[in-house]
Amino acid sequence: MDPIHQFQIVNLFTIARFGHTEIAFTNSAAFMLATIVLITLFMLAATRTRALVPGRLQAAAEAIHEFVTDMLVSNTGEAGMRFFPLVFSLFIFILFANLFGMIPLAFTTTSHIIVTFALAILVFLTVTVYGLVRHGSHFLRVFVPSGVPVYVLPLVVAIEIISFLSRPISHSIRLFANMLAGHITLKVFAGFVASLLGAGLVFKPLAVLPLFMVVALTPLEILIAVLQAYVFAILTCTYLNDALHPGH
Amino acid sequence: MNDDTREQGRKDRPSEEAALSARLRRLGDRLDREKASRQSGASSGAPPGADGSAMARGLRLSSELVAGVLVGAVLGWLIDRWLGVSPFGLIVFVLLGFAAGIVNVLRAAGLASGPGDRRT
Repeated sequence: MDPIHQFQIVNLFTIARFGHTEIAFTNSAAFMLATIVLITLFMLAATRTRALVPGRLQAAAEAIHEFVTDMLVSNTGEAGMRFFPLVFSLFIFILFANLFGMIPLAFTTTSHIIVTFALAILVFLTVTVYGLVRHGSHFLRVFVPSGVPVYVLPLVVAIEIISFLSRPISHSIRLFANMLAGHITLKVFAGFVASLLGAGLVFKPLAVLPLFMVVALTPLEILIAVLQAYVFAILTCTYLNDALHPGH
Repeated sequence: MNDDTREQGRKDRPSEEAALSARLRRLGDRLDREKASRQSGASSGAPPGADGSAMARGLRLSSELVAGVLVGAVLGWLIDRWLGVSPFGLIVFVLLGFAAGIVNVLRAAGLASGPGDRRT
């Protein structure tokens, strides 16, 4: 009945030990591994035939590829295509992990902030390092908006720097909060069904109402799962745009 | 006669491939045109981000604000620890973080331009 129970991390077995730190293989890691295996199988099956006229799987894979390409080119221009592997991997990993979480009894890896934060900090470091390497000090113009009077410039630059540093936080919180909120909502309504059924003869017919909510919420959750993968990827694109074209 | 048909087949293959590549090129041209017309139609429409549901939009904006305040608070706390000016670092940077959070929200809502945008 506990709606939070589904997010519990369970150690399956210990891989290694460094001093007092235990490196354990958890259920979260198991589902991440399953996600990657599933993606690999999907991609291998889709590209196996390489037909000119694509079959069902190949058409699906091509549609995802085209979708990410469009997103990348329209947000960062042709120069952004060098980041295609990064954006495509992020998008498809989050998409599959989110949808995996919709399977009953499955664990949702993206509902843990440490996982989404790791993905967001990867994007953040890529943007920062690439921007500094490619443009040097010119990249720092991101923090200096033009047309601002000199006497408020220190304040504006400080705000811009904090705003820049807050990107990985908001980037990761958004995905994690959506997944967490959605799964808790589903679980709470499902819990109502069970408790109303157990409450007595008078309340039993009322159990239909939360059941109806669960049925209505499930497709919404699937929509959010897809949408959040898209939002994560498109924000990655807009952040990469800063690294590619600072001061535009 | 047997030789003849084989000859025929050999001659046919390059022409078949040429026809196929021509068809592919035509298809590619048509796709490009389609894409161009679709983009010009789409760019005038929905605001950036195009979050489907209101819930996703709300979570997005609130996470922007929370992130700004959080980063400001952490920076202020670190500065307090390093410089020993507690509690002024925290006070100043939480306020700055709040401002940054508001800037983030405005940007996420598409009401303000992005960092480094040149507006004259």
